[in-house]
Amino acid sequence: MPVYLDHNATTPLDAAVLDTMMPFLREQFGNPSSPHRFGRRTRAAIDAAREQVAALVKVHASQVIFTSGGTESNNLAIKGVAAADEPGILAIGATEHPSVIEPARALAAHGWRVREITVDREGRVHPELFRETIAARPRLVSLMYANNETGVIQDVPALASVARSQGVVFHTDAVQAAGKLALDFPSSGVHLMSLSAHKLNGPQGVGALVVDKAIECRPLLHGGGQERDRRSGTENVAGIVGFGAAASLAIDQMGVRTAHFMALRTRLESALRAIGGVTIFGAGANRLPNTVYFGLRDIDGETLILGLDRKGFACASGSACGSVRHEPSHVLRAMQVESDLAIGAIRVSFGAGNNERDVDDFAAALAAEIQRLRPPSRRRAV
Amino acid sequence: MKRPIYLDYSATTPVDPRVADKLCSYLTMDGDFGNAASRSHTFGWRAEQAVEAARADVAALIGADPKEIVWTSGATEANNLAIKGAAHFYSKKGKHLITCKTEHKAVLDPCRQLEREGFEVTYLDPESNGLVDLGKLAAAIRPDTILVSIMHVNNEIGVIQDVAAIGALCREKGVLFHSDAAQSAGKVPIDVNGMNIDLLSLSAHKIYGPKGIGALYVRRKPRVRIEAQIHGGGHERGMRSGTLATHQCVGMGEAYRIAREEMAAEGERIRVLRDRLFGALKEMPEVYVNGDLDHRVAGNLNISFNFVEGESLIMALKDIAVSSGSACTSASLEPSYVLRALGRNDELAHSSIRFTIGRFTTTEEIDFTARLVREKVNKLRELSPLWEMYQEGVDLSKVQWAAH
Repeated sequence: MPVYLDHNATTPLDAAVLDTMMPFLREQFGNPSSPHRFGRRTRAAIDAAREQVAALVKVHASQVIFTSGGTESNNLAIKGVAAADEPGILAIGATEHPSVIEPARALAAHGWRVREITVDREGRVHPELFRETIAARPRLVSLMYANNETGVIQDVPALASVARSQGVVFHTDAVQAAGKLALDFPSSGVHLMSLSAHKLNGPQGVGALVVDKAIECRPLLHGGGQERDRRSGTENVAGIVGFGAAASLAIDQMGVRTAHFMALRTRLESALRAIGGVTIFGAGANRLPNTVYFGLRDIDGETLILGLDRKGFACASGSACGSVRHEPSHVLRAMQVESDLAIGAIRVSFGAGNNERDVDDFAAALAAEIQRLRPPSRRRAV
Repeated sequence: MKRPIYLDYSATTPVDPRVADKLCSYLTMDGDFGNAASRSHTFGWRAEQAVEAARADVAALIGADPKEIVWTSGATEANNLAIKGAAHFYSKKGKHLITCKTEHKAVLDPCRQLEREGFEVTYLDPESNGLVDLGKLAAAIRPDTILVSIMHVNNEIGVIQDVAAIGALCREKGVLFHSDAAQSAGKVPIDVNGMNIDLLSLSAHKIYGPKGIGALYVRRKPRVRIEAQIHGGGHERGMRSGTLATHQCVGMGEAYRIAREEMAAEGERIRVLRDRLFGALKEMPEVYVNGDLDHRVAGNLNISFNFVEGESLIMALKDIAVSSGSACTSASLEPSYVLRALGRNDELAHSSIRFTIGRFTTTEEIDFTARLVREKVNKLRELSPLWEMYQEGVDLSKVQWAAH
């Protein structure tokens, strides 16, 4: 069995979560909009799951809009808020996920001016610099809670309070943070937050947008009026039930998981230092406990990763969506990482099923691959 | 026999056990749970293979090339993507669309949204049998018409539109043709090429697949362009971003594969059951079938019981799960807009029941339903002063009701 070290791309569904979903793939099949008994049962299941997802970020259930995933949530937040306002400035982080960057680009074609919020070499946005962004009076700011590639965590409460004090709407993509960090929507001060189930051992194809009640967010999908007219389409009942169960599990396991991830991360990073010539990106920043993103000079990341896959280790060379491209990631470029280092970037992201042995085996395999791939002149130096 | 009896297969269907078994092996650690967009390891490649095999099964049911299938979260999203996507892309060519008043909300609401954005939409009246008149459609096409959207099978009354004729007309006039096939895929043969369909919306949960997955067929030759509605990582050739739900795609693929193999025999079995139910109900007086009986999907029977109030009837029929309108709107007390578009008066529209029969319906269930409906309708009519007046020969349409 290969070792899976790419949990920021997707996570396996928890077996207990699957058990909660199964009845909704078998006998409980009604359309939640149907008033008869079959429909009322699935409606009740959705209501219960909504409470569970709401509890994950400490909001009222009515603030949760179920979507088909993190990408749709980000699109809904950005385009939905934009549609309720006149075109103006939209400010997004330089290291955002494509599902934030691309909706912003789409709005640019409709008169919106997109401003990039720069990050430092560690991938952080600074409150002082952020104040300048806010001074330009954007209508909406979108800044991710934790980065999918580096795991770098932004100080969202501090940044959101700056935005809020100037009446600027603040959206955060918390897809990678949820389940790995304790999130508190009300005290974080954000207005909108995107979540995804499959990054926290829930099923693929379901996510949520959490919305502050004071914010108007126009729907992206029309017809049918589900989710109180905020997102039409027959609900993915089994998926939503699975998301709810995964959210509850994440709340229960948060402390244990965090400690477990942190131990694995520390172990891997010391092994990387022992290998030598390895740069850990965002090392000086607050990062997700499960993520280690590192670069090796003079080694092509894609080649290295394919070698690791052959040895039975699955990791990523960047975000899953972008990993087909053979160019440095925009995240590392924004952090001013030199391209020869960025091109060799490898991301390891741990999940609940990983253990210390996985880390040791991976480190050994990595060292061997590096030996094989490094040019002879360099090999001696290492 | 388990009660309530499910006769609401047009609202949604149970997942076929074969589909459920298959999709479950794409979820957990011991299955292929990878992200199909992960290009750097076996987990990703295996997920991608599964997604592509499923795409081929979906394409095969409608005679399309797998490259023409775009996964969505369901038919509602597919309809939104087709209509808004095509309108936005071709808005320089024209800003006029044509649809029909009996379309699903997932077509009508995107059209309303386009009207707010400055597009113009013609909403055709159907004939009293629910079918679109080709001549009226042809007359509505203008030089600035960019898209015609006519559903294949209606969700409430089950009538089958002549999409081949509509497709031929649209092709001749150089107008794109979209069809919502959520209710027809897997029940009625579809050939996107033979029917000249440019965009086709598909759903999984209406044909024994999982909820939360659907697809849009987008023609490649001649190439049809749409503007994405959900932007991001550039999945689905840029037309629909977002991590694909591998198990959902697999489930839809398996449901479509089964449908392709079993559609003919299953349709025949269901038609016999539907006719058996209709045969038992039509003997009652003042019973009206809504929509054309010949051009109709096998599992649908939509009947108005005059002099009976629909909601009371539904309450009386607690042992069967049926619908008094489309599932999306049936919680409201408004009479069905579909039946009103056929010219049905409010009373008849209010007294309508939609029975939809499916894969797991038995003869025993149909016979029980027929007995129950007859008994309850008769009972409710006995309580109705209108029924009494009607039987005494009073012409109710001429009665002047006093206000009080």
